[in-house]
Amino acid sequence: MSLAWRELVRRPGRFAVAGGALTLLVVLLLLLGGLLDGLYLGSTGAIRAQRADVFVYSATARDSIVRSRIEPDLREQVERVDGVEATGGLGVAMLGATVEGDDDVLDVAVTGYELAPEGVPEPPAPGTGYADERLRADGVRVGDVLDVGPAGVPVEVVDFVSDTSYLQQGALWVEPGTWRTIQTESRPDAAVADGVFQVVLVVAGEGVDAGELADRIDEATAGATSSLTRDEAVLSLPGIRQQNSVFTALIGVTLFVAGLVAALFFALVTLERTSLYATLKALGAPSSRLALGVVLQSVVVALGAVVLGGTITVALAQVIPDAVPVQVEPSRVVTSSLLVLVTAAVGALVSLRRIVRIDPATAIS
Amino acid sequence: MPALVMEGVRKVYRSGDEEVVALDHADLVVGDDEMVTLLGPSGSGKTTLLSIAGGLLTPTEGRVVVGDQVVSDLDPRQLTAFRQRQVGFVFQSVNLVPFLTARENLTVVGELAGRPRRETGEQADRLLEELGLAHRAGNLATDLSGGERQRVAIGRALMNDPKLVLVDEPTSALDTKMGEAVMELLRNEVTGRGVAAVVVTHDTRMTHYTDRTVEIVDGRLQA
Repeated sequence: MSLAWRELVRRPGRFAVAGGALTLLVVLLLLLGGLLDGLYLGSTGAIRAQRADVFVYSATARDSIVRSRIEPDLREQVERVDGVEATGGLGVAMLGATVEGDDDVLDVAVTGYELAPEGVPEPPAPGTGYADERLRADGVRVGDVLDVGPAGVPVEVVDFVSDTSYLQQGALWVEPGTWRTIQTESRPDAAVADGVFQVVLVVAGEGVDAGELADRIDEATAGATSSLTRDEAVLSLPGIRQQNSVFTALIGVTLFVAGLVAALFFALVTLERTSLYATLKALGAPSSRLALGVVLQSVVVALGAVVLGGTITVALAQVIPDAVPVQVEPSRVVTSSLLVLVTAAVGALVSLRRIVRIDPATAIS
Repeated sequence: MPALVMEGVRKVYRSGDEEVVALDHADLVVGDDEMVTLLGPSGSGKTTLLSIAGGLLTPTEGRVVVGDQVVSDLDPRQLTAFRQRQVGFVFQSVNLVPFLTARENLTVVGELAGRPRRETGEQADRLLEELGLAHRAGNLATDLSGGERQRVAIGRALMNDPKLVLVDEPTSALDTKMGEAVMELLRNEVTGRGVAAVVVTHDTRMTHYTDRTVEIVDGRLQA
């Protein structure tokens, strides 16, 4: 091991090619992860923030919030199901809005709610709302009045909340009556009557399994509802599942290429070291020790690439335009870094067979 | 007790249906403080004999004993441990580790055998002093001259206090003067330590530095 370490310290240039390639791959990996997180978090915040365990949609809506309608009598059936502790209505209207006195149109997700999500206070007074930080980034300030939708329904911003975006639009959290007014005046074809919500959120009683409760609700409503757990509701948002699959595949391919780079580089290095390894074996070095040295070198080179690549990615994230939703999450950086290190170690182990096959007798012949 | 005993050692390589006998019933005994030259032309089997004696190759037939260790009975893992502790090698092309210093090229032998670092370091310093290389201890192998490298290689061969040192063509890459200096040094370092040495060469000018000469022709030792 100390041999491998000394070579790394005394001949760093020898590992520059692999280090450089791995650094670029780490940057790519972290940017892909950052994009995935940015898209995921920016699309799902309003749903992830909910405290409810089960989301109840009308069966015909195919798990789409905007298509779903839950009438008051259907909600009563849901409330009577054993294991339901509390319910709350939820409705979302995706619209444009302008700050009074300004022509710029902002994308907002007007969200009428009864149960306060995580980080959002109880529903505000009619005609007022809590705006997501994304709207603050767009220039909205507390006290601004947003004219929402084509009808220009006024909503005064009274405070800001964070991580509650919905499909890349900043949420504007309002009480149900304000949402209904905006929905009805902006989308007369999709008007909602009093007491009607798009989705009913259900808080399960203590010890009640959310999945089982969802099944019981659908059974109790004789199939008039389609109930999902919160995680399922997040994944049912438009494009989320596909987006996750695509990015996960891209991240997987990038990791595979990183492993391939490590494997090829150290296979070549091992080939070049055949004579040295034969000598060391003749002096009594076991193959396992030499292989461990190669793995150590690969992991250290990968570690350097992770540090350098991570720094470059953080710097890049600062200059990437806001329109590109890159979000560098510490948990993602840690996970990706560990995966790169493991991949580099596994890649280097490809040389093990070659090392084992080096005949120490060649040192003397 | 002899440092090396070889009895009826035979080494056969197979090449398709053909058998190539590299060493044919070799018998050799080297005393515990004896220095022997193994003289023979290229392809005569002297390297094969040296490799078998050093546990780098296993014989097809016969018995090999180094000190009190029957080498011919050892499996590859045991042979690795044997080479760590019982024999020293001086390779024809020196084969120092290029990114290690002269001192580290010696201490690496102790590291491989798992010996205490301090003990290994002290022994390396002692050997480098004897070899006249104390002032070059911190220089990388690549910065040493050919003669200095050869001396470091001799020191490395003695680092594990071996019973037997096996030396492969020590003068082949050196001019006569340098070759004689290396043989002289080898002689001085080996004798008096209770260490035996087998020096393989085809250079008849160097045979007078050793106690006796054994010739090998076509895999057979000549009496």
